[in-house]
Amino acid sequence: MQTDLVVVGAGPAGLAAAIAAKKAGVERVLVIERDSEAGGILNQCIHSGFGLSYFNLELTGPEYATRFIEQAMDIGIEFLFDTMVLSVATNMVRALNANDGNIYVECKAVVLAMGCRERTRFAIAIPGTRPSGVMTAGLAQRYINIEGKIIGKRVIILGSGDIGLIMARRLTLEGAEVLACVEIMPYSSGLSRNISQCLDDFEIPLLLSHTVTEIHGKRRLVGVTISQVDENRRIIEGTDRYIECDTLLLSVGLIPENELSSDAGILLDDVTKGPIVNDYNETSQRGVFASGNVLQVHDLVDFVSLEAERTGRAAAKYILDFVSSTDANRRVCNADQSEQQPEIHTIAKENISYLLPQRIVLEDHGDVDIFFRVKQPIRKGIVVVYCGDKELLRLSKEYLAPGEMQLINLNKQDITDDISVEVEVLR
Amino acid sequence: MKKELVCTVCPLGCHLVWEDGILSGNNCARGYTFMIDELESPKRNISSTVKIISNNHRLLPVKTSAPIAKELVKKAVRLLMDVELSAPIRLGDVVVSDIFGTGVDFIATRTIF
Ligand code: SF4
Repeated sequence: MQTDLVVVGAGPAGLAAAIAAKKAGVERVLVIERDSEAGGILNQCIHSGFGLSYFNLELTGPEYATRFIEQAMDIGIEFLFDTMVLSVATNMVRALNANDGNIYVECKAVVLAMGCRERTRFAIAIPGTRPSGVMTAGLAQRYINIEGKIIGKRVIILGSGDIGLIMARRLTLEGAEVLACVEIMPYSSGLSRNISQCLDDFEIPLLLSHTVTEIHGKRRLVGVTISQVDENRRIIEGTDRYIECDTLLLSVGLIPENELSSDAGILLDDVTKGPIVNDYNETSQRGVFASGNVLQVHDLVDFVSLEAERTGRAAAKYILDFVSSTDANRRVCNADQSEQQPEIHTIAKENISYLLPQRIVLEDHGDVDIFFRVKQPIRKGIVVVYCGDKELLRLSKEYLAPGEMQLINLNKQDITDDISVEVEVLR
Repeated sequence: MKKELVCTVCPLGCHLVWEDGILSGNNCARGYTFMIDELESPKRNISSTVKIISNNHRLLPVKTSAPIAKELVKKAVRLLMDVELSAPIRLGDVVVSDIFGTGVDFIATRTIF
């Protein structure tokens, strides 16, 4: 098989990247998806809250996905469903499905859009037995919203990420009793609106600085022990409490799904767990781009779509200007340009957990968006951006939370040296 | 009177503070309407699912066409338990009309052929 651009994954990132690349002039775009339809996680996110920045409308997940799927169909993007990608290189993607067996797709560039997966009980090592009834919040969401199954009657939710909060409301409305949402940190990682409309509305207690310390039950979960933790997340002796329940949902974080990337030798960032990219979202592998939750776990799908569109356009530029151009000196991306251009890095300083992109290409003009997250909630802070030792920008912020991704926009003309960002906390 | 709330109209989630008729913390006018509604007659949107007979789907996602009174939320969801539809259904089709005389409908949020 031959195509120009292969997009791995038909979730929100894959769809937006494919559409943008096609619109930018790439003739053939093939999206490979392991599920039997496009839309990814949006299909099971039946609640609303999507599209406010992108469409200026509050849509549900399926509605948001539909807008992209219909557009992709209209402009002639090709899809391969029920197909698993096995390996990726700039010019060759290998995949597998039940009808065609092994599929080799020759291509000019690749966009990685595999998304992320949920951390499990084993990722956070909760002691105890291994009964049924312990599952991730996203799996529960799939059982309830797609498969129509009831997962339990008395539920504890560990972790206050958005999916967990949304499931607290959904389960309550479906007749289950959600006893508590237990969060190890002294603050919630979910959006404030979800705490308000999913927990407070139903008087579900949010137990901060608490965690599940033991799982009980042989075949089916019969209860959990929860305990309070101190500021270093150590269990405080004597605070144990047993709660009878038949279901424990885990909403304890997401991890970008990068097995394909690391198998391809693509460099990953220790903090984001996604590929290290330049401002074109090009990975360390020339012509392989990444976008969406595979790159960094986002809070809002709107930002995924916008990021993926930039990535799709960058992939298109790479294909049209570089691969298809006879002029070998034209390059849009910086993977192996070190002699000609100083490599600009972005560096996370005080109170910042990560910056994205990690590299900036200076061969062209225009602006660059830099995303960051703070390490802990900050009331009143000043975001300071440095270029080398020189201060470039100061922005004062009323409230910064790790759950809310921040964005700064810089003009490339101002960038002459590495960019570092920090937040000064005002008291 | 003082009341603090998180505005749930959009994901920005502004922290609203209402003090003796004066609102602060909102980033836009919708925050004001939200606070007034919360003080007088809180409303909520609902998303849920209904049974559908189709080749590859068991459930159709639905939502309210507009927010309904908070105290009707649980009752409204119960209405959906008796609904069973057959494909094809198109995004936007009315699934339950005029919930408890509110003028608000449950509508399909995706197309299933
Ligand atoms: S006040 Fe406006 S911007 Fe703030 S959360 Fe409400 S709707 Fe959104």
